[in-house]
Amino acid sequence: MTTDAAQAGKSHSNFPKAVFAEKDSNLVKAYLYFSFFAVFLGGLAGLLQLSQRAGWITLPGWLTYYQLLTAHGVLLALVFTTFFIVGFLFSGMIKTLDGELTATERKLGWIGFYLMAIGTILAAMLILSNDGTVLYTFYSPMAASPWYYVGLALLIVGSWLASIGMICAYIRWRKKHKGESSPLFAYMTIATIILWLHASAMVAIEVVGLLIPWSFGWIERVDTTLTRTMFWYFGHALVYFWLLPAYIYWYVNIPQIIGGKIFSSSLPRLTFILLILFSVPVGLHHQLTDPGIDSFWKFLQVILTMLVVVPSLITAFSIIATFELAGRSRGGAGLFGWVKKLPWKDARFFTTVMGMLMFIPGGATGIINSSFQLNQIVHNTWWVTGHFHLTFATSVVLTFFAITYWLIPVLTGRTFTQHLNRLAIIQSILWIIGMFLMGIVMHFAGLLGSPRRTSFSDYGGHELGLKWMSYNQVIAVGGVILFIAICLVLYIWIKLIFFSPKSEESIEYPIGVINEKAAEPPKILEKWSVWIAVSIILSIIAYAVPFYQILINDAPGSLPIRSW
Amino acid sequence: MFDMPKLEKIWLAIGVGSLFIFVLITGILTASMGLNPPDGMKGTIEPELVDTVPPFNNPGIEKIGPNEYEVTMLSFMFGFDPNTITIPKGAKVHFKMTSKDVIHGLHIAGTPLNLMLQPGRVTEYTHTFKKPGEYLFVCHEYCGIGHQVMFGKVIVED
Ligand code: HEM
Ligand SMILES: [Cu+2]
Ligand SMILES: [Cu+2]
Repeated sequence: MTTDAAQAGKSHSNFPKAVFAEKDSNLVKAYLYFSFFAVFLGGLAGLLQLSQRAGWITLPGWLTYYQLLTAHGVLLALVFTTFFIVGFLFSGMIKTLDGELTATERKLGWIGFYLMAIGTILAAMLILSNDGTVLYTFYSPMAASPWYYVGLALLIVGSWLASIGMICAYIRWRKKHKGESSPLFAYMTIATIILWLHASAMVAIEVVGLLIPWSFGWIERVDTTLTRTMFWYFGHALVYFWLLPAYIYWYVNIPQIIGGKIFSSSLPRLTFILLILFSVPVGLHHQLTDPGIDSFWKFLQVILTMLVVVPSLITAFSIIATFELAGRSRGGAGLFGWVKKLPWKDARFFTTVMGMLMFIPGGATGIINSSFQLNQIVHNTWWVTGHFHLTFATSVVLTFFAITYWLIPVLTGRTFTQHLNRLAIIQSILWIIGMFLMGIVMHFAGLLGSPRRTSFSDYGGHELGLKWMSYNQVIAVGGVILFIAICLVLYIWIKLIFFSPKSEESIEYPIGVINEKAAEPPKILEKWSVWIAVSIILSIIAYAVPFYQILINDAPGSLPIRSW
Repeated sequence: MFDMPKLEKIWLAIGVGSLFIFVLITGILTASMGLNPPDGMKGTIEPELVDTVPPFNNPGIEKIGPNEYEVTMLSFMFGFDPNTITIPKGAKVHFKMTSKDVIHGLHIAGTPLNLMLQPGRVTEYTHTFKKPGEYLFVCHEYCGIGHQVMFGKVIVED
């Protein structure tokens, strides 16, 4: 019965009404719509960065390259992602946990939203006034205005309250459904939240315990290596915090969209557990060339980083298997006949697959980044920027875009029309072309040594500098195409929010059905206390000695410096 | 325990197997050949005073053996001292570096010499310049408004 649900724009009346209660719908809308502003402003900053770096434009005196770069990083890596993810996860929790939030849960969601919004606006004001130009990684001893850090702290604390709201919903469901294993969406959400709480606790300690008092002048010095290590304890898990919601969509929602079934109920859960375990004790791979950290511990964390191959391979396998089962049930025969039967004309599917495909080169270059010796060739070059624009800004972001194509209709009751569907497909093709020109060429520029996070420079006319500049031209053309793609998706969102015709039938919230042959997941997978404990123990093993060595090394620390 | 089809087990075994080989290679390179990234475990110094005490009160190039040099280099907002290093082909150069203020970086394009320079800590690394030429080096960690003008060169003479 699900087979033509995939025909975009046509909703089905034989599905139960998937409409949320108005109050719940408003909460999800608030989070999503806020995140859309961040995409637009962040994308604009990205375009201006590339145009400046390619020498096409000169920025006005009141706006520097580094302000733009701070805005781009904060808006896209912290604001867009966190708002979007909280909104999406809330929607799936409401959908799969008995359809409605309690007043308390909803209230937690709203308090979280307001704290995050206030924090974002505060940080944005300081970036605009050039008092927060320390990028989204805010390495000491460069010191921003204390209010910049306060803004970022509010963003994090707000996300905690929203997370607690979702945990409450989960506990409520578990109490009511004793002995059952929880719906896959809810399970994966809880895993994502656990990862987020664990990792962001460390950056909160860094910001609230060290950077805020230091920038106010209440403590004199902080140690650079210590704060940097605390940041990356959080920083790599942050990447998985972006990835896991995309995986949720791939595992749970996509099967329903393409008219298939979820392949297994245990493997996805196992995948998420593994991702929790290997998200934190790996942060040192961002500091392989840092002084003050012993090589042995860097090496250990590199090995733990590589273990992510296991959940990644399981995911690749499950997803291809799901696609195949769906393709065959739609009548596809032969070794590859099923591929043709997949709903390629459905933007909710097509956009996602475009993102998945970019994960292949992205993952391969990631292995290079994190391997011990190769890292020295590419560390802090544009290679790295290219890498995360393929993985994060393409695989994850296109998946998030695909989610909006049905989630906004679910919330507003408006139709994702054939016309919008076509635009969305063009949007993702433009994105891929733009990313080829920008992301892939950034890799090549990086191999030649072109540094990341650097504004226009002619390097004293050195011939290598000139060569880099010729790459910058292509990269900037990619940036223009990406910006056009951002305008296009914005147009689609505005249509879906305000103008598209109201749908006459109820719009489906796609949640996949689990394959009837799949076994019940082992109980141990839902014993969160065990996994939280293992995750903390692994992190202690990986980090205790490095932190201890940083602390007993007795570095004098640094006074705050404003270098911009 | 998990409902994993046979094909998937094979797939995972291949994946994990190649991962294992990969880790083994990195491990061997690390342990036996000393191909380590820099770790700078030696000592800490007060960043504000670093240019008043040895060795950073006297940055520069010093010949310490037949075609072997020690370069003591200080990075600061926004430059390197020294910022031009001239050495003969095949020179083995020991770099000893730190930062006087914020975090800086040093990457000599076209070489694996890729270092983080942090206030309070000394970064050391040795590299042999086999090919003659003019190597551009840059600061590759954002350090402030003049970050893009922090560069210099290594001239390897034939
Ligand atoms: C929504 C998708 C995107 C996401 C999530 C994203 C994310 C990021 C992040 C996290 C950074 C690192 C910032 C830093 O190093 O401090 C970055 C850098 C950058 N992004 Fe994006 N980005 C996206 C789209 C774009 C687009 C559309 C453009 C161009 C039009 C762009 C251009 C750049 C450039 C040029 C840099 C690096 C600049 C430098 O290293 O100097 N990004 N991006
Ligand atoms: Cu990482
Ligand atoms: Cu710099």
